[in-house]
Amino acid sequence: MDAGTLVVGASQAGLQLAVSLRDAGDRSPITLIGEEPHAPYQRPPLSKSYLQGGAELEQLWLRTPEFLADKDITLVTAERIDTIELDHGGPSGSARTVSGQTLTFDRLALTVGARPRRLEIPGADLDGVTYLRTAADATLLRELQSAAESVVVVGGGFIGLEAAAVARAQGKAVTVVEAADRLIGRAVAPVVSEFYRAAHARRGVDVRLGVQVTSLAGEGNRVQCVGLSDGSRIPADLVIVGIGVVPRMQLARQLDLDIEGGIVVDRYARTSNPTVVAAGDCTVQPNPLTGHGRVRLESVQNAISQAKTAAATLLGRREPNDAVPWFWSDQYDLKLQIAGLSNGHDRFVVRGDLEGEAFAVLYYRDEMLLAVDAVNSPGDYMAVRKALTQGSTISADAAADGAVALRNLSVPQALGV
Amino acid sequence: MPKVVFITLDGAARVVDAQAGESVMAVAVRNGVPGIIGECGGNCSCATCHVYVDNEFSASVGGAGDMEDDLLDLGVADRRDTSRLSCQIKVTEELDGLTVHIPEEQ
Repeated sequence: MDAGTLVVGASQAGLQLAVSLRDAGDRSPITLIGEEPHAPYQRPPLSKSYLQGGAELEQLWLRTPEFLADKDITLVTAERIDTIELDHGGPSGSARTVSGQTLTFDRLALTVGARPRRLEIPGADLDGVTYLRTAADATLLRELQSAAESVVVVGGGFIGLEAAAVARAQGKAVTVVEAADRLIGRAVAPVVSEFYRAAHARRGVDVRLGVQVTSLAGEGNRVQCVGLSDGSRIPADLVIVGIGVVPRMQLARQLDLDIEGGIVVDRYARTSNPTVVAAGDCTVQPNPLTGHGRVRLESVQNAISQAKTAAATLLGRREPNDAVPWFWSDQYDLKLQIAGLSNGHDRFVVRGDLEGEAFAVLYYRDEMLLAVDAVNSPGDYMAVRKALTQGSTISADAAADGAVALRNLSVPQALGV
Repeated sequence: MPKVVFITLDGAARVVDAQAGESVMAVAVRNGVPGIIGECGGNCSCATCHVYVDNEFSASVGGAGDMEDDLLDLGVADRRDTSRLSCQIKVTEELDGLTVHIPEEQ
């Protein structure tokens, strides 16, 4: 009898992988196992509408439990795989859960995600020091935030800035502390970093760059004060830590899979053991646009796209994950939309109005269009995304003229270079 | 509890219970209505939740906003007068029975 597919990790990628297997006609058993007690849900709203109190968890479900039952996808919640092994190198094997269940499988998919990087300084375990990754995190934070007055956000990446925007909108005193010399440094160019610094400052956030949090102090078990490397101290009754994530690699290690800051996969989502696939935040993969290098993408888009690729691979088809990456972030009334990957750019062009908070930055390398960061400029975002998807380009010189719509400038790559 | 009716490509109607206040896209995705993807979770970022609003409801639902308009223009293969991104249509008690048609591709 076919023991079916075991999908480890029940979030965006895992759910998509299970659904894609069924959509492709796979009739064998599918078990989707996750350590959280809930049905799979959307994470992005946790730092946005959910944190603001504008949504309930059931509204964030990726699919209803009825849908999963209807598709005969077995969802196991509140359970974690402790040990896993393959029979003779795979693809079949067995896994044992923390609570002692044994699960056998004929195919294995790892969609194990990532956990928040922990702050490792004195006082980091005080009450009122929070992280933001899971629904439980967000629910706790939402409660604490309603009573808080002074919020310190550690880390000026997307999660930190979105949380800061929510706290500020609720009238809290908010300080963002970032160790690097600019915000969102891993994802956007300095011009966009500076825009976000100024935008947060204009809305009353105290943004501290180039300083580190060195200690947290409190009274009893409750945090009260954040100490910085420049010697300053900031009062805080709530600390939100958003300093990145670490892929979960414990099971990949047990399986002797290659790891390089994530589970290494090829463009077909195959790990170094080609019978085992992996998808989502836990993976590092070739750049989907160029096929070269290795990137780790933390996004809904990649989780979905790579999971579809992984499902195809398990069913014996080859469908590379070559979709144009895209991403978004909502802070206040600022909607950032990113398409492509700007890594390695040697030129960028700014269109629109930084002061007016509606602009786009197009990135190029060797005159080739790589990516766009668009703030309140969905047309520019979509034009670049479409150009990249179609293999077209938009000349940098032409794009610099903000009066001309980008969509009218897109030309086939061969002509554009 | 208002209902939303999704007409799939083959003409079949799928009736789904919704909660007032949530988007038509959210209702569709959660219930696995085929043809509505909604990758961005309703942020008007992906243009993968395109629908054609049934003529009977198009006036009460209204037209696209500016941001949505841009995405529809660029993201959607066959845009019509009744095209909307379903993430931008909020379900209300008054729209009970709202009927939308699912396009051929997203």
